[in-house]
Amino acid sequence: MTKEELKIKLTELFSSVSIDESSEWLIINISSANSLNYLTQLRNDSSLQFDYLFCQTCVDWKTHLTMVYHLNSTTHRQSLVVKVQLDRTFPEIETVSKIWRTAEFHEREIFEMFGVNFLHHPDLRLLILPDGWENKKPMLKDFEDPINMIKL
Amino acid sequence: MYKETDILKESSVEGNLIINIGPQHPSTHGVLHLVVTLNGETIKKVEPHLGYIHRSIEKMCESLSYRQFIYVTSKMDYLSSHINNHGCAMCVEKGLQIEVPPRAQVIRVLMDELTRLSSHQLWWGAMAMDIGALTPFFHAFREREMITSIFEETCGTRLTMNYMVPGGVMADVNTNFQKSVKDFIIHFKNKINEYDELLTGNIIFQNRTKGVGFISKENAISFGCSGPTARGSGVSCDIRKLYPYEVYNQLDFDEILEPGGDCFARYLVRMKEMKQSISIIEQLIDNIPDGDFQAKTKAVLKLPKGEFYSSVESARGEFGVYIVSEGGTTPYRIKFRSPGFSNLSALDFMSREGKIGDLIAIMGSLDLVIPDIDR
Repeated sequence: MTKEELKIKLTELFSSVSIDESSEWLIINISSANSLNYLTQLRNDSSLQFDYLFCQTCVDWKTHLTMVYHLNSTTHRQSLVVKVQLDRTFPEIETVSKIWRTAEFHEREIFEMFGVNFLHHPDLRLLILPDGWENKKPMLKDFEDPINMIKL
Repeated sequence: MYKETDILKESSVEGNLIINIGPQHPSTHGVLHLVVTLNGETIKKVEPHLGYIHRSIEKMCESLSYRQFIYVTSKMDYLSSHINNHGCAMCVEKGLQIEVPPRAQVIRVLMDELTRLSSHQLWWGAMAMDIGALTPFFHAFREREMITSIFEETCGTRLTMNYMVPGGVMADVNTNFQKSVKDFIIHFKNKINEYDELLTGNIIFQNRTKGVGFISKENAISFGCSGPTARGSGVSCDIRKLYPYEVYNQLDFDEILEPGGDCFARYLVRMKEMKQSISIIEQLIDNIPDGDFQAKTKAVLKLPKGEFYSSVESARGEFGVYIVSEGGTTPYRIKFRSPGFSNLSALDFMSREGKIGDLIAIMGSLDLVIPDIDR
């Protein structure tokens, strides 16, 4: 499937999403309210089958957070980037760990580093950071720590 | 990381026993801490607790320039630092649209394959040692020593090479490079058969690994597995073949797939990959083109605004670099997709309802490098 075909298919499936073609792969922006619904469709639709979540991360834009899902289909060999904009003060999004099981780990990392609350996550707690680092969100841009030097 | 409250919750179930494996345990190959819930000898749950070697490399990179940040990445997956550097250099090149000279491309591929060999050799020795066979470790290290000496000749270091830079490689290869590599290949071609004789056919080894740590194709994909871990379950995921970079599309090699899905299948994939790497090196070693080893680049690199993702096939799987740039001299956000992190997420699933001894074999077959997971 080419990029163009994928774009046509995506506009058919979700009429309201905006599609960004500026990068190597197509980027679709969806809202956090129906993210789970859209992502499930991307996983299960027979002509898309994005079954491989190879990267999940978050970017702090100072005004808002952006959740970034990098998806790949092992049958159609097509990659897609899905972005969800989140509120920075109370970031909340549905977990995708039921769709891609690797997300359970990735979401725990994003939870401790960015403070994103994943709804219905089976086991949301610190993964990498030690005790006492709850709610510190070290990957946010305004995080300052005079003791543990993390800026060079 | 470790939390007492979690342990208490699990141990309240009748007949359950909680034990800690690591962080200081020889079979975890680094500071991985596993909290294992046992019932008798049967594993009910495995919980990895990470972070003992977390250095926040991603945050650190946000204040380093595009030339500087590559050096930090050598310290992530220290067994394949060439490939880490390669992935990062490629991502910067993608952003700046730098054309890498053919000589540098071939040198890069040669170094990558040598790295893969040395990494797999260490894995082979270490996995055998975990299972109880001590001799292979010494065999593996004897050959690995030759590769690290080849690296030392050219790069000056034996472990964290920092050799690949945006635009090519840092310096031309040592004049002795071709001869040393050829000597090594002749030597290792005999030894790899010895490896098979020593371990692959061993009945104790087979009993410890066959049918252990099974993961199906669908689950391997769902858990985001890549590299030999996924190919051991029949998932086609070799970046070198699917999305070729550098000169891989001109080379003659096949993706290695094993349908077994157990520890032995993952073992076979890596053994065959070693033989494949030898063949790739043989194809290239006499055909290093003349010319520049580095493209001309500006002193200060500035990536245009946007986002770039590039991935390479490391010894453990897909190593990806995701750079978000705001047009400055430092990355706005950088994310390293480390193969070990995703592969580790499948450990609990693989080892449930197995025996505690099997857990060691499964960890060996995953080829975990902890700094790569913690970052």
